[in-house]
Amino acid sequence: MSREEMDALAKERLVGIARTWYDQMRDGIVPFIRLPTRTKRNIEYDDASEVWKYGERESTRAATNEKGAVHLLKMAYLIGFLKQQLVENRSSTLRELYYISEGWKKAKFGAQDESNHLIEDLEIITEVQREAFHLRPEEDGASVFGPLRIRETTRRGVKEMHCQEDVGEAGYPIPNNVDNLEFVDHDAKFVIAIETGGMYARLMENGFDEEYGAVLVHLKGQPARSTRRVLRKLNDSLGLPVVVFTDGDPWSYRIYASVAYGSIKSAHMSELLATPQAQFIGVQPSDISDYNLPADKLTEQDVSALKAELTDPRFATDYWRSQINLQLEMKLKSEQQAFASRGLDFVTKEYLPTRLSEMGII
Amino acid sequence: MVLAEDLAKQQRSISVAEFFEKNKHLLGFDSPTRGIITTIKEAVDNALDACEEAEVLPDIFVGIKKVDNEVYRITVEDNGPGIVPENVPLVFGKLLYGSRFHQIRQSRGQQGIGISAAVLYAQLTTGIPTLVVSRTGAKARAHRFELLIRTETNEPEIISHEEIDWDRTHGTRIEIQFKSTLAAKKRLVDYLRLTAIVNPHARITADIDGEMTVFERVSNEVPPCPKPILPHPHGIEFGALKRIAAANTGTVEEFLIGSFSKVGKKTADEMIALAGLKPSRKVNKLESEELKRLLDAMQAVKVPAPPAQQCLSPIGEDLICKGLEKEIQLDFIKARTRPSTVYGGHSFIIEAAIGYGGKVPPEGTAQLFRFANRVPLLYQQGACAITSCASQVNWKSYGLSQQGLPMGPVLIMVHVASTNVPFTSESKDAVASIPEIEREVVLVLQELGRELKTYLYRRDKKKQQDDRARAICSVIPEIAAKVSEIVEQPLVDTSPIEGKIMRKVVAKKRTVDGKVRIDVNNYTAKEVTLVLYNLSRDAAEDAKPRPDFVDSMDGEYNKVWRCTLDPGEAWHIVYTGSGDGSVDLRGVEDGRKVVVDLDV
Repeated sequence: MSREEMDALAKERLVGIARTWYDQMRDGIVPFIRLPTRTKRNIEYDDASEVWKYGERESTRAATNEKGAVHLLKMAYLIGFLKQQLVENRSSTLRELYYISEGWKKAKFGAQDESNHLIEDLEIITEVQREAFHLRPEEDGASVFGPLRIRETTRRGVKEMHCQEDVGEAGYPIPNNVDNLEFVDHDAKFVIAIETGGMYARLMENGFDEEYGAVLVHLKGQPARSTRRVLRKLNDSLGLPVVVFTDGDPWSYRIYASVAYGSIKSAHMSELLATPQAQFIGVQPSDISDYNLPADKLTEQDVSALKAELTDPRFATDYWRSQINLQLEMKLKSEQQAFASRGLDFVTKEYLPTRLSEMGII
Repeated sequence: MVLAEDLAKQQRSISVAEFFEKNKHLLGFDSPTRGIITTIKEAVDNALDACEEAEVLPDIFVGIKKVDNEVYRITVEDNGPGIVPENVPLVFGKLLYGSRFHQIRQSRGQQGIGISAAVLYAQLTTGIPTLVVSRTGAKARAHRFELLIRTETNEPEIISHEEIDWDRTHGTRIEIQFKSTLAAKKRLVDYLRLTAIVNPHARITADIDGEMTVFERVSNEVPPCPKPILPHPHGIEFGALKRIAAANTGTVEEFLIGSFSKVGKKTADEMIALAGLKPSRKVNKLESEELKRLLDAMQAVKVPAPPAQQCLSPIGEDLICKGLEKEIQLDFIKARTRPSTVYGGHSFIIEAAIGYGGKVPPEGTAQLFRFANRVPLLYQQGACAITSCASQVNWKSYGLSQQGLPMGPVLIMVHVASTNVPFTSESKDAVASIPEIEREVVLVLQELGRELKTYLYRRDKKKQQDDRARAICSVIPEIAAKVSEIVEQPLVDTSPIEGKIMRKVVAKKRTVDGKVRIDVNNYTAKEVTLVLYNLSRDAAEDAKPRPDFVDSMDGEYNKVWRCTLDPGEAWHIVYTGSGDGSVDLRGVEDGRKVVVDLDV
């Protein structure tokens, strides 16, 4: 879909909400809107797409009391603003949006959480992503390095570049709106998503990308939406397997889970954001003992996070249960750079090739 | 081994005063902070009891002044009947001396130790004698005493005694100085406030270290003074029976009829027959064994309850509400006085009140005010039967959350009035667990709980309606304006929604650009004739239509319009002004009208 077509669609869907309310009021009906209940209880695993999505539960927001009415009023102001933004071909960040509401009197947002939430509601209702409303995320997209040629439509024209030859040490930065990105060709065998910058740089320095035909993607901690979309797109459109390499602690497993299974907050977009085929490399709890890695003691929070994961349906597999139980027994966690204790090349020469061939990737 | 003779040398009798000197906590003097409250409580109790007996409206002054490092002077002065000079040293300088100990009726003081214990406490901590001034009437002069207590003998020691001039025509003033602190000042003020609540006929003026507080009376009627009654056969114990029987010269039958309440010839004969005694026997000649049989028979025979209305003096539902409302601002208050009941031959009446909202702290557990015979109970709340009853009630079914006591802006007051309030200790802080009393307290709290539930339900419903009215009259038009702008259509009319949802008479006031507009819509199915009141600082000289009546006071104008509206008819007023003030609609019943001030 072209940019103009996308703008037109987003505008039409937004104005459509307002038109529904207009008609309701004209017919003497108190304006209301329905949308899926956004709680953990309303998240269901979709067998067809292998991602977690919202279930059947729906809630109604109606203007029958002051709170409900103010909620719809805020949504109306938000729709008015986004429409204006689309008409004038401008964009803003979520933070800017929150500040813009200062002048909306009764419709002013109490906190940024509130406006963020409303934007997500609008995404769900319109089935259009917020990028299409010209809302830019604050956070930088992460970066990509590897045998991949891409084409990006920028404000200053179409640019084409190769993610090894045409970029610097930092790699190619993923733009906020992945819809403007096109993969031209590639020479890759798989994609490796890496949690920390140190490991990303290590793989680059050791020439891991060239040796194994790997596209390196830096996650920068919990990955931004645009990063997750790029991973999905690499998996979907190029058919490249995706593997995830993180630290060996409970919080890092959640980073993997959000890449592979999607999150509750953005369950309406799981099909765009999640890569169900993504596999976890490590650091596995068993690696800590197998490779005798330097480790830290688990904190109380770590232990309760691990226990919570044992009851999380997304981790309900034999693999995760045995690894998590093992970690609870050892009471230890390790960072991915702990492999450096065995020499700087150990991770690229020994650990990763072994794991990747075990997993059937290479 | 120590010989019994050696031990005997150490054994001697202990005077009451000496005993309490060593056991101050028994009387509520366990800490310096408590000492002040206990002293004032005893003096005020005595003052109120005396005023009631003399049928005088109590006017009580309470003063606390720091005279030296750690030394405070407590002054309590009343307008009661005064005390005859011969008795002054005994009342204040001898423990266990009083007028009410042998009587069966509701009174605040009982044993006659409270105030003399304070005198004892003063002489223990400072050695300063207590000063008492008392005058019994306009014809008598006032007597001024300085007193101490001889602890070894429990007899008063008069340091000085003189006749003086006093501006009060009758009353008593006491000044006691002892070591203390004012750390519990808030508690003291609370005590006085609570006292004022349950004694709505009293005026209490307090001067706490120069800070004046007046608790004004809300009733000008002295409650009737409870009359002493004869003991009830079910409430008597063996020792007491033996004592009064020994002092009686009549026959058993005469004794039973003449010395006990609610015992007639029939009941007396039944008791005597059951005890296997001859009715003609002289009662003072009965053997211990026979008296025991008589006592058992007295307990076994059914006897009507003692005459409660004579010996008890409940505050009454109306005065409880007035007393509470005066001291604490409340949104809701309801009081109940239960019918009198009996435990072990002692009459009692439970009164209670429940208050909600207003100035009651909105967080935490309910405030619990406990009273016994019109005296506030300040300490040992946890040990008190009233507290456990209040926690037993299932408040959740009355719409309150609960953690033991109910939570939220709730105030619970319970008053136990009895000829013999069963306290857990001599310091009279907590009511003991007597099943009959507990049952009555639970019942009265349940009755009040139901009242509160009704109030909360109505309030929530009203709030819901107001909330809905504000949404429909104020927010929906704004949604309509914004939505119309987005879809680029003429402003959608929201009055159909208003009419459909409200089905009421709706008055809306809104000020835009210096123009005040009041819209009235009759969305009901009937014709209404209404009166619209608008009180504001705007003179509204250009009002269209003209008000039917304008009244101005202190720069505020009360404008009144009258109009009759058919079903579905709308009507409005416009004038130049700032739009402050308020709008009120009369002539339409509450459930059928909504007034919304969109300027607020």
